[in-house]
Amino acid sequence: MALDEIKIGGLGASRRRVEDNRFIRGKGNYVDDVVLPGMLHMEILRSPLAHAKIKSIDTSAAYAIPGVRMVMTGEMMAARNLAWMPTLSYDTQAVLATDKVRFQGQEVACVIADDPYIAKDGCEAIVVDYEPLPPIVNPTQAMAADAPLIRDDKIGQDNNVIFDWAVGDREGTDRAFAEADLVSEISMHYPRSHPSPIESCGSLADYDRSTSKLTVYMTTQAPHIVRAAVSLVAEIPEHMIRIISPDLGGGFGNKVPVYPGYVMSILASILLEAPVKWIEDKSGNLISTGFGRDVYLKGQLAVRNDGKILAVRMHTDSDHGAFFADAQPSKFKIGLMHSAFACYDIPSAHLTARGVYTNKSPGGVAYRCSFRVTEAMFFQERMVQAAADDLGMDQAEFRRVNLVKDDDFPKRTPFGFLTDSGQYEKCLQIGLDAIGYDDFKKEKEEAKARGRLLGIGISTMTEPLGAGNSREYDILGIKMFDSAELRVHMTGKAILRTGAKTQGQGHETTWAQIVAHELGIPAEDIVVEEGDTDTAPFGMGTYASRSTPVAGAAVSMVSRKIRAKARKIAAHLLEVSDEDIEWELGRFYVRGAHDRGVTIQDCAMAAYSNVPDGMEPGLENNAYYDPPNLTWPFACYIATVEVDPETGVWDVLRLVAVDDCGVRINPMIVEGQIMGGLTEAYAMANMQFITFDEDGNCVGSNYMDYLLPTAWETPGFELHEVVTPCPHHPIGAKGIGECATVGGPAAFVNAVIDALKGTGVRNIDMPLLPDRVYEALQTGKDISGHPPVKTD
Amino acid sequence: MYPSRFNYEAPTSVEAAIALLTEGDGEAKVLAGGQSLIPMMKLRFASPATLIDINNIPGLDSHGADADGTYRIGALVRHADLEKSTTLPDHLPLIASAAHLVADPIVRTRGTFVGSVCHADPQGDWASCMVALGGSIVAQGPNGKRSVEVKDFVAGPFQTVLAHNEIAIEAVIPAAKGTRAGGYLKLERRVGDFATAGVGLALDMSGSTVNNAGIGLTGVGAQTINAEAAAAALIGSSLEADAVENAARLAAEASNPRSDHRGSADFKRHIIATFVKRLASNVQRAEAQVA
Repeated sequence: MALDEIKIGGLGASRRRVEDNRFIRGKGNYVDDVVLPGMLHMEILRSPLAHAKIKSIDTSAAYAIPGVRMVMTGEMMAARNLAWMPTLSYDTQAVLATDKVRFQGQEVACVIADDPYIAKDGCEAIVVDYEPLPPIVNPTQAMAADAPLIRDDKIGQDNNVIFDWAVGDREGTDRAFAEADLVSEISMHYPRSHPSPIESCGSLADYDRSTSKLTVYMTTQAPHIVRAAVSLVAEIPEHMIRIISPDLGGGFGNKVPVYPGYVMSILASILLEAPVKWIEDKSGNLISTGFGRDVYLKGQLAVRNDGKILAVRMHTDSDHGAFFADAQPSKFKIGLMHSAFACYDIPSAHLTARGVYTNKSPGGVAYRCSFRVTEAMFFQERMVQAAADDLGMDQAEFRRVNLVKDDDFPKRTPFGFLTDSGQYEKCLQIGLDAIGYDDFKKEKEEAKARGRLLGIGISTMTEPLGAGNSREYDILGIKMFDSAELRVHMTGKAILRTGAKTQGQGHETTWAQIVAHELGIPAEDIVVEEGDTDTAPFGMGTYASRSTPVAGAAVSMVSRKIRAKARKIAAHLLEVSDEDIEWELGRFYVRGAHDRGVTIQDCAMAAYSNVPDGMEPGLENNAYYDPPNLTWPFACYIATVEVDPETGVWDVLRLVAVDDCGVRINPMIVEGQIMGGLTEAYAMANMQFITFDEDGNCVGSNYMDYLLPTAWETPGFELHEVVTPCPHHPIGAKGIGECATVGGPAAFVNAVIDALKGTGVRNIDMPLLPDRVYEALQTGKDISGHPPVKTD
Repeated sequence: MYPSRFNYEAPTSVEAAIALLTEGDGEAKVLAGGQSLIPMMKLRFASPATLIDINNIPGLDSHGADADGTYRIGALVRHADLEKSTTLPDHLPLIASAAHLVADPIVRTRGTFVGSVCHADPQGDWASCMVALGGSIVAQGPNGKRSVEVKDFVAGPFQTVLAHNEIAIEAVIPAAKGTRAGGYLKLERRVGDFATAGVGLALDMSGSTVNNAGIGLTGVGAQTINAEAAAAALIGSSLEADAVENAARLAAEASNPRSDHRGSADFKRHIIATFVKRLASNVQRAEAQVA
């Protein structure tokens, strides 16, 4: 009999996360838990200033402290050609500053000592003489004619512009705008935020002179990319480098880049011939490592009176900080910003994008999103609401007019992507029905008559998840695909390894479910391992919701290879030809004789004891998967809010989420991903930002200022589901890890703006802090929130 | 987040602690809940040579009312003790309404009321409540005890008039002249955030008439603000609209906020006025319910 797929933990089983067993018992193994004999500790001295020349660094007092083993400065790094390192976007980044510091928190020196307390004492004893320079904290300042040059280290760089980039159909877009009944225009800033995993970054480098082998325990979402990068930067042969990414306390994109601290700990280990551990403190993480967003938009929609959108124009100015260190496919300068409006049927679109240097920390990582998709979808949904309001059309109806219809897939997007599938109107309708759209609109009018401000906001979007394909997607020339390796042991138990790296997504649980689905081996019989480059097959890592679309597909494909071999073994055992063998979950049988069969476990045993003549023994294989397209999940989020007109405080009344991510491998994990994403979306809309004052001081350098919402503030979420299987993924799955973070913020902001309808206010920049909402209500004007923050 | 080297002492009597403080000669700090001191040490904003942990000293962990209505809060009473107290709301509605707004549940479990007042953070909630209630701190030193009103106790941001060898052993709140009423409101961006602005209102009432009033303002100046003129505007009134409006205006005028990432100075002044009005209105509503 075929097995019950849910019972064996296959597709659709809300199986408990196997990794939680160790996490909730405090038995996780994070980088900081790894202790090696003779281990030393490293602390980093950071710049207190945003922009300053370094006149001198005096390390003598630090060396005088007992227990200090070494102090490293930029000069020392430069002597070894390691003062600068390449970024993931074809720029360079200082490992330790030599000439000047370019952002507050930049690495200036590091101390290696017997314990971290002494290392910190050593940092305090270093005397740095700075000559302050004028800081730049936003693109307007950066592009001013008299702006100081931030990157004077770069030959040929004579201003602060990094790139001017364009994509789309300029002429077609111009023509459509000329024919429009209405042009709706809006400007806004998506503020800088930080992925802020609870575990900060860190590394433990262990160079063994006797074997010439470098082992580094590291907080990385992409161990194989790091191995390649370390090999290139440190000139150590790739096979002599072992990167181990143990349990990660969250990543959210923050742990994709290679950071100066990693490089310093590696060099220190080589020079001191001892293991060197560096664990970043929380402020170090917030002020120096990869941030998200910080993009300014000027957006225009050309609209016809019947609601049809004819064309889109977008211009973005993005603030990348002191080094262009965005983690993104190399050929797209502003990530996948041009995935905007992919869920709408719009004939033409044009995007211009300019990126600038500022005296702020570098990064531009994909914070829980597929390379700037968060900004794209936020801008899209804010522009859509503004256009509906400008036109005087109901916001749900305006979306209905423009959403791509079910029969139109695959559909070319306004900027040229190809969406694969979806049921957009159905999702929208489920959301509207769940929230009680028409009733709420009535309630809102009644409340308004009594002086209460209610609002409703909608956000509908599809996003491109699962880069590659490798033709279009690469990072520094490294093509984006993934692999999986499966070994089935003789008793039918198995080990699966992939080049992805779980950091909370639950791969140890869900990958086993895919194998269970393909082979009928119970999920509990499969152990999943990731993160060690000496044992895991090559992969590009886990970020941008790409694991299930790419590595997950490879898991499926390698399982099918195993099944193909097992089929031959089954034919041998059942003494029939291959063509006479049928498969049902967990079992092969003879066509027409259902009771004559062997289980997958029987085949595994035979693979090691009784293979047909000419067949290699064993039951293991690997598979590389280069996806034919990105996967395109769809989401509809609808929020209702009440704004207190006296204080500007707003409360979420309800949030309805309708997500279509294709086939759900583990519904419980998917729901957890959506709730986590919505929480982050709420945080960005309501409270969270990293800003800077006019001196370039980072405001948001600790958890008192950079706010993570607690269970107290976070509203409840009501989840709904639609399933449109992905037509090109082996099990019909689409990415889901980031949909709610991407699509959520616009629902909250649109709701608050809707509550203020009639006051003249069209935009308030996130976060919608009480003072901003109050000021908007008082003045009837848009509120911008970009740095420098107003202080006195 | 590694503090500088420090010595640790854990005396078992107030006298022994005072002797250690005297010995420390200004370089020793008292550790009660440690919810501000320890983070400051980890950030190396504070680097005391010695920590004197008073948690092993008996007799400092109770709170309650004397026969005459005077209320005493010992130096080791945690915020959570006050939050969970079932008798406190009858004695001190202001303290009871503020207790669950202080910081977050983790801090409240360990942090102490008296320690918070001694920390003298202009964004601390308890000093505003104490100022509104006309409360005092009892300090004990080598020469015995003295009592200092909280409005005089706080000398500036993070500064008090405590001598280097004095320990604040309890907070004292005088008995009410009538029925106690009032409450605390604070605007914060998130649980555990410092106040964007906060107001503590303490009223002693006879029926609907205000016998005595105090208003303390949080987070809108370089130190806790005692809005005396605003409070005086309420005395003798029955919280009529004119009187409340006047008090709200005077409270906003008494505040001296700065524009920062929590909001503009004007916004914070507006919140102060709004909260004074809301607190007065809450008192009236409660009165109406009793009547």
